[in-house]
Parts: sequence; C-alpha cells; structure tokens
Amino acid sequence: MIDGKMLKVSASPHTRSKTTTKSIMLDVIIAMIPSLVASVVIFGLRALLLTVVSVAACVFFEWAMRKFVLKKNCTVGDLSAVVTGMLLAFNVPSGLPIWMLVVGDAFAIIIVKQCFGGIGQNFVNPAIAGRIFMLLSFGQMMKWTQPLAGIMNLTGVEALTGATPLVAAPEELPSMLDMFLGVRGGCLGETCIAAILAGGLYLIARKVIRPLIPVSYILTVAVIMLIAGKGDFEYVARQLMSGGLCLGAIFMATDYTTSPINTKGKIIFGIGCGLFTCLIRLFGSLPEGVSYSIILMNVLTPLIERATTPKPFGTPKKEKKAKGETA
Amino acid sequence: MAENKSLAREFSKGIIKENPVLRLVLGTCPTLATSVSVTNSIGMGIAATLVLICSNVVISALRKIIPSKIRIPAYIVVIASFVTIVQMLVKAFVPALNDALGVYLPLIVVNCIILGRAEAFAGKNSVPASFLDGLGMGIGFTFALVVMATVREVLGSGSFLDGINSLTRLFGVESFTGFHNILSDPIGIFIMAPGGFLVFGLIMALANKVAEGKGKPKAELGGCAACPMAKSCALIDSKDGCPSTVKEGSAE
Repeated sequence: MIDGKMLKVSASPHTRSKTTTKSIMLDVIIAMIPSLVASVVIFGLRALLLTVVSVAACVFFEWAMRKFVLKKNCTVGDLSAVVTGMLLAFNVPSGLPIWMLVVGDAFAIIIVKQCFGGIGQNFVNPAIAGRIFMLLSFGQMMKWTQPLAGIMNLTGVEALTGATPLVAAPEELPSMLDMFLGVRGGCLGETCIAAILAGGLYLIARKVIRPLIPVSYILTVAVIMLIAGKGDFEYVARQLMSGGLCLGAIFMATDYTTSPINTKGKIIFGIGCGLFTCLIRLFGSLPEGVSYSIILMNVLTPLIERATTPKPFGTPKKEKKAKGETA
Repeated sequence: MAENKSLAREFSKGIIKENPVLRLVLGTCPTLATSVSVTNSIGMGIAATLVLICSNVVISALRKIIPSKIRIPAYIVVIASFVTIVQMLVKAFVPALNDALGVYLPLIVVNCIILGRAEAFAGKNSVPASFLDGLGMGIGFTFALVVMATVREVLGSGSFLDGINSLTRLFGVESFTGFHNILSDPIGIFIMAPGGFLVFGLIMALANKVAEGKGKPKAELGGCAACPMAKSCALIDSKDGCPSTVKEGSAE
C-alpha cells in the first residue's frame, strides 16, 4: 500500500513540466518545416541554401558572442538562434546575395539579442529587427523573385523580378488559389499561406502559442480592410494573404519575450499590430507594414504589461480620491 | 617640472580619458548629424576646435572680471562672437562645407562641449591651461567624429574621404576627391539616424573599455568644483564623496 515514494517529503514545486526552452524552440522549428519545404518547391534549392547559411551564421554569432565577448555560458543549445536564423531567411527574397543575409543575421544576434543580454532579454524580436535592418539598407530586399523558376535555381541572379501583389496592377494579380498555395512573388517563407497555417495549427495544438495574438491581429486587419474595401471580400482575402501578414502574425508576433503575458495584453497587442499594419498599407508610402507594426508593438509591450497587470484576488480596489479631499 | 606635467595632462585628457563625445557624452547632436561623411566631420571638428580654443582663452583671461551671477550670458557672447567669425571664414573659403554642415555650424554656439569647458574649466583655470584644455578637447572631439564618420561613410556610402578636395583646395591640392566604390552594395542604414546611434553606442562602449581597461579612474566632469550645489554643500571635498557625484554618462 504505502511505497517509499509516498513517504518522501520534499519542498515545492511538486509537479514539474517537461517543457524547456529547447523543447519549445524545437516545436517552433518543426512548425516552420512545412514553410521551408514550400519555399524550396516554389523558389528552388536556393531557398534551402539561404536558410542553411542563415541558421549557421546565427548559431556562429551566438556562440562567438557568448564565448569571446560576453564570456558567459554558451546558449547555442537552446536552439533559439536556429529559430532566429530560419525566420530571418524566411523574410528575404530568394535573389538576395548571401552576404547581405549574413549581415542581417549579425545585426539580429549580436546587436539586438546578445548586446541586450541574450535570450529573454531582447527588447524587440531579433528576426524582425534583422529584416528591417536589411530593408533599410539594401534595395535587393524589395526585388521579388518569380515563383516556379525551376528547382535547380541556385544562383537567383537570372530569376525574374515581379511586383508584390500589394502593389501589382489588377491584371497581373495571381489567382486566389495561387496566393493560398504561395505561387507568387515574395519572401521565402511568407508566400505559402497553407504551410504557414499548418505550422500555426501545430504550435497551437502543442500549446506552444495561444491563438490570441494571431487571431486578433488577422481579424483586426480583416475588419479594417473590409471597411477600406467597401465590403469587397476578395479584396480582404488578398490583403490577408499578401505580404508577410500570416508569417508575422503566427511566428513573429507570438515571440514570448516581446509580447504581453496575459490574455487582455495579448489581445491589445494583436489589435495594435493589425491597426498599424493597415495604417501603413493604406496611408503609408511603403507597400508593406507588418514588420514595422510588430516592432512598434514590441516596444510598447512593457507599457501594455503595466496596464494589464491583473489584481491579485482579495486585494482592495484602488479608491479614487474624492474631489477636494486633502490627504 | 610639476607644472609642465599637469599642463601636459590638461592637453592629453581630452583625447581618450575624458573624450568629450565618447566619455562625457557631450555634443551628441552635432556628432550624430555631421558624422555622415569624413570630410564633413573633419570640417566640423576643426571649426569647433577653433571656437573652443579661442573661447577658452578669452573666458579664462576674463574670468576675474566676469561676475559669477551673469557668467553664462557672458560666456555665450564670447562663444557666439567666435562662432560668427568661424562661420564667415568657412563661408568665404570652403562654401561646400558651409552647405554640407548647414545649421550645425551656427549651432556651435550652443554646443555643450564648448559651454561645458567654459563653465567647468576655463572659468577657473589659467590661460595656458585653458588653451591646452581647449586644444585637447577639440582634438578629442575631432577624433571621435572622424572615427565615427569613417565607419559610417565606408559602410553606408561605400566611399572614404568623399569630397575632400573642398578642404584640400585651400592648400592647392584639388585633384584627389577621395576613394569611391569601396563597397559595391553599401549598407544604407549606416548613413541614416539609426545607424548613427548604432555606431555611436558601439564606439562609446569601445572607448569605455579602452579607458577603463588601463585602470584609469572613471571620467568626472570636474568633480565638486563643477557642481552647481557646491556653495551650499556640506559634503564638499569630503572623502565619502557626495551621493550625486556627476559621473560619466549622467553629464549633459
């Protein structure tokens, strides 16, 4: 009846979760595999080359920073650098010269992540910061590669460039099915909506992310675009599937470090991202605003946290001071 | 002998140990604005150094005449006179530089390095010491600007010393116009404001490492002598030091 285990008395905690940073990051990597496969099919083997180089560069910079500059424990094993490398590669067009991607990796890992203290300390998502760094620096970031140019397309130089669906003329627009499957110009990981959704569902099923931020983000964009498009649902669907909206909403906006913790905060975060994305798309001079809106909300996250900190049960309500009362 | 040694220190402290930009964090605005190209930053550095030396000498010479209650307006008048002279000279001899620096040339009047040295040093020290202090601080400012501009211009524009002939023209050399196409695809962010802050932060970290690595004391902006509370402070020059000692980073 009574075995040895039941008689042991130990201090709390008594149940431990098996979840570790490494297991979470591994789940995120698994969730990104469908997008990686889709990008190789759509843009050729160069997509794989860019992803592998980006991951290798991120891991190297992380290791080198921890070992030689900060002289702290090595954090390569938690796989967070691998996730950053993959995400950053998903955010570039396949024709981008490789050294530019490595410069972006260096900025993301060395400046944004390690200079602020490493994993869990970065104030914005490193992958988004790296993307914006490249976007501001290199014109090649806006040159989309034409899809289905052949799987052996390793150089990316001969690839044709076309306009993103956000700015293309009506007759050049890809069909709805093409947009859902990702057969259009764009960054590596952002075009295939089907693969991104599959990855997102996996993350939600594994309870790695809660669907609050992606759903509130995408819904906000849908509602605003429905108003802006005067009730045209095809316009709304195009807006939702073009640009990096789905990739950003599912993989970038849900970063633990740079998004709020509790339910109310997450919804405010998602709505804010959607609002700024729409403002930039509709009124800004840029065709795309997902990365800027997410980085803006990243910076606002501490303020959202402060406003939404829950009141512990049983503590008295803050009473408003009556007028004219002298304390 | 001791006199010479301390004078030499007044000169050398401005270059790294108390570098006005990198260690005292003064004059940040012109630093970020003019370090886009090396030519501009050399011009800005020379202009600011000239104003700094002249105003330091004059303010030091007049320090017993200027009443302490209105010293700031008096300093500003002296500094503004020299800035006007320098601006007229630049307009006459290097018009290209005048166009490139724009409003930042007249803004030397309110440059915190120059006012800071007048307040913290020239108003309390002899003329030769103030001259050397101004020279050292000016060289330190120019040095920091040129280092920052080198990084930003090479990475951001892919050129080095672009348009230098507008300066060397004064000495009769016009053919050399700088190095171009160092990078075929320059990293554009470095000539924008975010790149400026990025380079500024990294170089500041490096300067702190260099200055502190040698076991030198942390930079102070004149200690108790420069403190506005000095007259009513009970802890003045006490060994415990005051709780709000003006240390590096907090000086602006």
